[in-house]
Amino acid sequence: MDILFQLVFAAYLAATATALVFFWTLNQRLRTVSRGLLLVAGLLHTGYLVARAVVSGHTPIASSHEAVSFFAWALTWAFLIFRWRYRVKNFGAFVTPMITILMIVALFSPRQVVDLPPALQSWWLPAHASIALMANAMLALAFCGGIMFLLQEREIKRKRLGFFAERLPSLEALDNLNQHCLSIGFPLLTMGIITGSVWARQAWGAYWQWDPKETWSLITWLIYAAILHQRFTVGWRRRRAAIMAIVGFGAVLFTLWGVNFFLGGVHSYAG
Amino acid sequence: MPAEKIACLGVNHHTAPVAVRERLAFSGDCSRPLAAIKELAGCDECCFLSTCNRVEALLVADPTAETIKAAREFLFAGSGLSEREVEQYTYLHIGSAAVRHVFRVAASLDSMVVGEPQILGQLKDAYRLAVEHNAAGPVLHRLLSKSFSVAKRIRTETSIGSSAVSISYAAVQLARKIFGDLSGRRVLLAGAGEMAELAAEHLLAQGIGKVVVANRTLERAMNLARRFNGEAVGLDELVPQLAGVDILISSTGAPGLILRKEEVRPIMRQRRHQPLFLIDIAVPRDLDPGLNDLDNVYLYDIDDLRQVVEVNKAQRKQEADKAERIVAEETIKFDHWLANMDLGPTIAELRRKADEIRRAETAKTLAGLPDLGLEGQKALELMGNAMLNKLLHHPMLFLKEEGTPEEKRRNLLLVRKIFGLDQSGGNGNGG
Repeated sequence: MDILFQLVFAAYLAATATALVFFWTLNQRLRTVSRGLLLVAGLLHTGYLVARAVVSGHTPIASSHEAVSFFAWALTWAFLIFRWRYRVKNFGAFVTPMITILMIVALFSPRQVVDLPPALQSWWLPAHASIALMANAMLALAFCGGIMFLLQEREIKRKRLGFFAERLPSLEALDNLNQHCLSIGFPLLTMGIITGSVWARQAWGAYWQWDPKETWSLITWLIYAAILHQRFTVGWRRRRAAIMAIVGFGAVLFTLWGVNFFLGGVHSYAG
Repeated sequence: MPAEKIACLGVNHHTAPVAVRERLAFSGDCSRPLAAIKELAGCDECCFLSTCNRVEALLVADPTAETIKAAREFLFAGSGLSEREVEQYTYLHIGSAAVRHVFRVAASLDSMVVGEPQILGQLKDAYRLAVEHNAAGPVLHRLLSKSFSVAKRIRTETSIGSSAVSISYAAVQLARKIFGDLSGRRVLLAGAGEMAELAAEHLLAQGIGKVVVANRTLERAMNLARRFNGEAVGLDELVPQLAGVDILISSTGAPGLILRKEEVRPIMRQRRHQPLFLIDIAVPRDLDPGLNDLDNVYLYDIDDLRQVVEVNKAQRKQEADKAERIVAEETIKFDHWLANMDLGPTIAELRRKADEIRRAETAKTLAGLPDLGLEGQKALELMGNAMLNKLLHHPMLFLKEEGTPEEKRRNLLLVRKIFGLDQSGGNGNGG
């Protein structure tokens, strides 16, 4: 299984490298190669997750390694499906490095299969964890779009159209990307929190107990709720929306890892 | 014919503010002013040009100031300006200065945005109109068609034209970087300059949804709006109009700013922070440079656009110098031609040409007849001379014939054409 993981990792690495070289050289053939490699990596990764599920007997989202790996997998497929529906120029050059970073984190996390404590053995585990991580994947796409927006906008504002202006899509397209990702990511995030709460009631008898992870999920949720609310009421768009997507994703990452490192709590044994 | 007979009288964006130019208002049909100028006493030939940035009358007239004065009075009739003001705002080029001016106008060196290509078409239209109304005679035919070839020469030998085209292209590229798809977007033209029209045309070609034209005089706005199938508003409606447009191209000749940061800030809220792309191609500037600091507002002036297309400033200067050199060169050539339009030089030239032919042919014949005695040689030369004199007798009489100045000039041109006096190295004389 280790070999399979290394294979997956290598495929992601290769896809990222070609995407970045393509971004630099704009050689169209490399783009096709990169897309193909990412698809292969995504398929291998799916195989890896299935293998792990078979071995452990539960959905592979129980350890930190599994959670991050699942996050990367969700991001890959969110991106691939997204590209199929809606094309954003050179989006891949920003998303694939992020997938690779997640995979590096997964690479250095302990990879042994863990047994689930009885409290967590429930159908709510796959439901809650996978929905929450898929929400994270969409929010990660919004984050990448936000970075691209700020890079592009900076060149337009400074009136020096250079490296990025040539390679990035229009501000309008990036802003639409932001809106699309958030309008999928936010409902998923909401559902993630609701399923978590229902599961908590089943496992510990209370819907909400202000565990740090719960608190931070709520903070994250409020940030995104505010972004969407402002967008649809006063028209917070573009630059502000891009910055908020980046800030929001910071909260996502903190909820995912920061809480475990700094605050502990009932989620501490899992990702 | 003395070169001083060519005169160019007019106002343009260098000499008169837009408020003055607009009072001349010869928008639309130019045939009425053309006919009126043609009727002025002492005016042999004329051509009338009216664009957004200039109104000029090109005259071939009696070298007394009376005709020019009358033309000036006609141009400013109804403008309500005093005579002193009129003199202050107009320029008058005479002789080679006028020739040089026409060449510079045609080559777009005198335009607000140097190198913009529309002026040549406008000049061609003016020329066509003058031809249709029989207002253009041999001098203007030659001058204007020469100016078109000078413009062409400058366009091919320097990169001056590509800079203006690429500036409006850059504006379109930027709009696409900001808005993506341009269909359904609205553009507002404030002021109606040549460059603004060019940019608007480029945007329309990219499928922009709607054009709104704002101008100080509504009439002019309406004319332009009709051309773009758009809507016309007064310039005082500029700020409220901003709530509904995506791109503003400003090219008014206003002396100060017409749009300030404080005016746009509340508009952005009203626009729900939809981006606004402001293009300022006026000199002096129309739009507050501070506007670029507002969120979702992107302000580019003409220099910014140039910078975007990376036309190096030093290189631009070099190209402009090259173009001016071409103009100077062609002006000298034209002056030379014009000087030959006098009877004396033409007759002398005709004789010289005939003599050259006679000498060359005699030499060739004699070389083939080595046995011919000295007497025979003399007889042959005399015969050649006599033949030429007889042959040239009637053309000379034809040239010296009495007639109106225009007829005389026409005859002169005809003779020059028949005998190929303006052909130098096969470089056609028709222009």
